Amino acid sequence: MPQIAQLAETYSSQIFWLLVIFGLVFLVIGRGMVPKVMDTVALRDKQIASDLAAAEEARAKADEEELAWRERENANRAQAQALIAKAKAEAAAASEKKLSAAQKRLDKKIADADAEIEAARTAALSEIEGVAAEAAQDIVTRIAGVKVTAAAAKSAVKEALNHG
Amino acid sequence: MAGEEAKVDPMHQFAIEPLFGTQNWELAGYNIAFTNSALWMAIAAVALWVFVAGGMKRQLVPGRWQMAVESFTGFIDGLLAANVGPAGKKYVPYIFSIFMFILFANLLGLLPLPLGVVGIHAFTSTSHFTVTGVLAIMSFAIVLVVGFWKHKLHFFSLFVPHGTPLVMIPMIFVIELVSFLVRPFSLGLRLFVAMMAGHVLLEVLSSFVIDGINAASSGIGPVVALLSFILMIAICALEILVAGIQAYVFALLASLYINDAENLH
Repeated sequence: MPQIAQLAETYSSQIFWLLVIFGLVFLVIGRGMVPKVMDTVALRDKQIASDLAAAEEARAKADEEELAWRERENANRAQAQALIAKAKAEAAAASEKKLSAAQKRLDKKIADADAEIEAARTAALSEIEGVAAEAAQDIVTRIAGVKVTAAAAKSAVKEALNHG
Repeated sequence: MAGEEAKVDPMHQFAIEPLFGTQNWELAGYNIAFTNSALWMAIAAVALWVFVAGGMKRQLVPGRWQMAVESFTGFIDGLLAANVGPAGKKYVPYIFSIFMFILFANLLGLLPLPLGVVGIHAFTSTSHFTVTGVLAIMSFAIVLVVGFWKHKLHFFSLFVPHGTPLVMIPMIFVIELVSFLVRPFSLGLRLFVAMMAGHVLLEVLSSFVIDGINAASSGIGPVVALLSFILMIAICALEILVAGIQAYVFALLASLYINDAENLH
């Protein structure tokens, strides 16, 4: 077993070179390079974490903005709704007024026409009465030879007309 | 020994040989020859450097290589965060170095290397307890230094679990102290034994393959060779798994021990 057989002659060189080489490994690689590698990793982790935080923040902001936009939108909609309702009501009132004015005019026209018709009728009626009285007076004079006063004839006609 | 038997010596792969005529290098009286073991440690270190350097592009959207390196650092970071908590962050460089160094050394040692034909063999530094032992003692020293620096003498309360009856304290203290002191040995030996056992097994099986083919005239030889070869492939896959698991176990236990020092239950 060379490990034991050669121990006396080789231990010092083994220990010496191990210390030299491992010392170099520790100083150059362990102390010099490993921290840099780990810094890179830490830097990357930090970057990722900050990017994630920024994204989260942006999302929260977007949410907030959306909420505000929604509120504004709702207000606008309500305002528009109110405007429409008002316009509707105004239009309805205006047309109501116009309609009632037209109705009134028509009513008046109808009333006037009725009065005219009534007047015409009365006039016609009285004319018929006069004509009938004269005719009756005439007829009586011709047939009976009796002179009837105009007044008597008139009352007789009236009575006959009233009897229908 | 290998010469006289003319057979594959499964232990020869662990032999340490000085390279490039450096066998006489000395430092303060100690031999510091640049051996094949040191060479493969250096190769592991360079491979690790190349691997991590490839992941240093620092892009916001990582490529595959960068992703691979980052998943390793993230894995160690997660391991320490789970076992030590927030205080574990400062041990990431050390645990990462030890985990990756062991992992690369284990995996490189498994390379079959077609270069073996020209006499270059992969060497597994982590199959030597001189190497794993130093790694273990280093981790244990960190535990001791952090423990005593952070908690002063209160650190000894680690050896007395909460709710221990008063009369039991001396005995429990000794038991806990021994189990604590055994940690560096178990930590280093576990890795060394696991790596060595796997390599010996592969070497023995490969000698079956060669001997089986050489004994083709006996009839049964090629059958044994084929079965051994199939088993070898399966064990190679297992060894890759073991290489990863042992590196993980080492890093996990080191971080658990550091947790004791940091948080002192």
